[in-house]
Amino acid sequence: MSDQDKNEISRRDLFAKIGMLLNGLAVVVLATPVVGYLLSPILRGERGQYKRWITLGHLDEFPEGQTRLAKFRNPISNAWDGETDNIPCWVRRIQGEQFQVFAVNCAHLGCPVRWFAQSGLFMCPCHGGVYYQDGSRASGPPPRGLFEYPYKVEGDQLLIEAGQIPTLSTTASLDRRKSGCQG
Amino acid sequence: MSRLAKIGDWFGQRLQIGGVVRETVTHPVPRKSASWWYVFGSAALTLFILQVFTGIMLAIIYVPSAGEAWNSLQYLNHDVTLGWFLRAVHGWGSNFMVAVVLIHMCQVFLFGAYKFPRELTWILGVFLLLLTLGMAFTGQVLRFDQDAYWGLGIGVAIAGRVPLLGKQLVHMVMGGPIIAGDTLSRFFTVHVFVIPGLILAFVSLHLLMVLKLGINEWPMPGRVVRRSTYLQEYHELTHKDGVPFVPVAIWKDMFFSAAIIVSVMACAWFFGPFGPSGYPDPTIVQTIPKPDFFFLWLYAMLALLPPSMETPALLIGPVIVIGFLILLPFLSGEGEKSWKRRPVAVLTLLLVAVALGTFTKLATYSPWSPVMNGWSGDPVPVEYLNGRSPLERQGALVFQVKQCRNCHVIGGSGGKRGPKLDKVATRMTHDQLVRQVIQGGGNMPAYGKNLNPAEVTALVSFLETLRPPNQPAARDASQAALTQEEQNRPRANNP
Repeated sequence: MSDQDKNEISRRDLFAKIGMLLNGLAVVVLATPVVGYLLSPILRGERGQYKRWITLGHLDEFPEGQTRLAKFRNPISNAWDGETDNIPCWVRRIQGEQFQVFAVNCAHLGCPVRWFAQSGLFMCPCHGGVYYQDGSRASGPPPRGLFEYPYKVEGDQLLIEAGQIPTLSTTASLDRRKSGCQG
Repeated sequence: MSRLAKIGDWFGQRLQIGGVVRETVTHPVPRKSASWWYVFGSAALTLFILQVFTGIMLAIIYVPSAGEAWNSLQYLNHDVTLGWFLRAVHGWGSNFMVAVVLIHMCQVFLFGAYKFPRELTWILGVFLLLLTLGMAFTGQVLRFDQDAYWGLGIGVAIAGRVPLLGKQLVHMVMGGPIIAGDTLSRFFTVHVFVIPGLILAFVSLHLLMVLKLGINEWPMPGRVVRRSTYLQEYHELTHKDGVPFVPVAIWKDMFFSAAIIVSVMACAWFFGPFGPSGYPDPTIVQTIPKPDFFFLWLYAMLALLPPSMETPALLIGPVIVIGFLILLPFLSGEGEKSWKRRPVAVLTLLLVAVALGTFTKLATYSPWSPVMNGWSGDPVPVEYLNGRSPLERQGALVFQVKQCRNCHVIGGSGGKRGPKLDKVATRMTHDQLVRQVIQGGGNMPAYGKNLNPAEVTALVSFLETLRPPNQPAARDASQAALTQEEQNRPRANNP
């Protein structure tokens, strides 16, 4: 094989490599927005766009010493969400403006806990988690008490800060009992 | 030459695939491999084709929108001609496919077919199993009802247990902050485009390798796989004692596939479609979510694992199991294939089967869950009230009203979370009962704050009546001895 032949081959080789490089660049250029598009649920969460203060209604709807189911419309919602962005929560009015607002999602694996006023317990239908009326764990597999939404009273309205499903890692506060829920 | 043959020729000249097809269908298989034990792979493929076909049919009607999916399923069930039947075939086809893929895997494992040179065929098979389970789970989500909604909630809660990346994973799975329209859309994409595409690609490779490497020979005790000699031995086996796949072996595959399809259709016809259950409205908290059959074992495990082991088991367990399955052909790529010489393999398989079977069975009646309507469902049996004092009857009322029965059986009904109470008075004394009710313990919540002293007294006096007439009540032996001693002690010794 002469030197010229070698040169000719490496020239083609060079073009082939440049061709691959160009395609590689095209892939990167195309992939960047696609990756951004795919990660948008995470990026929006990181920007803290999920949580808002939402009203649960008039204080009179929650009699003192009782725990009641309330619901609110999730701050981020779409027209095609159906009923799925109506989120329930358990509101316990201890007395006056002292409240506890619990997520219905069991701290074990997210099933909806039910309130039994007679025995003062929340019971979960899935794996047998039970909580006392103040949301602390009574028995079963949950690793902690019920998730709590931060709340405040403005005028005669009860507001909570909510907007995303509570799980063990979407919890804002390390303090388990005071303002557990909603990171 | 007939007209048909001429047309065939015309296509043959242009397509140029006649040779490949002929070679493929007549490839030699070992005589003993033309067996009824080798029909599960083809049956799984047949079921996959059935699922693709029925899936496309359902997609004609189904609306992948959180607001409309459930309504479109009702429309399919009740208004579209035979829509219910197609849904049923797709649902039962899914169950059959998971079952057949599992059986196929067990057979391949027991027959040592994963050994050299079929390691990659096995590994692709492991991925195909995972993809099949992925189809089963995402399919359950597309049946967008209460079970699907809360099933997703469980999936999200598991994702939330991942350290460091938990929050990001949760948002990624749901496509947003909550389970809603975006969640269903992405599960639709995964179920309809992503996983089926992967299955197609993997099945093609899997099948190509079965053809190129040859079907596994019938394992004989003592016929040991060695990398240096296996290919030669297999070649001799197929070419000296082999039979062509078509027609010698294929008729069994076809018979079995046909039987499977008929069984799916029979189940679909007689048992009908799966759900949808209640409308996916999270504010309806009166629901008891349960996963589909093939995930029941997981549901049971999550209830029965000690809480401290749960997160490790959920996050590390799958890595170990999948890692083991992938590494299996490298750990034992040579050696005996026959199950008669592989006791550890057989016992492992039996253990896994018995464990999964037991968990599944337990999950069908989930004894760990309180029965949410246990307290309001059945009355206290009359014989437990007859001839009782007013206080004891008052206790029965407390027992019922305070939801004790959600976790305790009396008279054959109630929850199984706690022990049966029909004979509790033979096990526990008055003092022990009081302590247990007030302080709880051993999985029982403490009722001290929710019962006033009068209610506790009434409840315990009712519980003390709960023993068969021929069995004595529990007594505190040490207490009795102390009392006895007290009485026997001479008066004079007392100061």
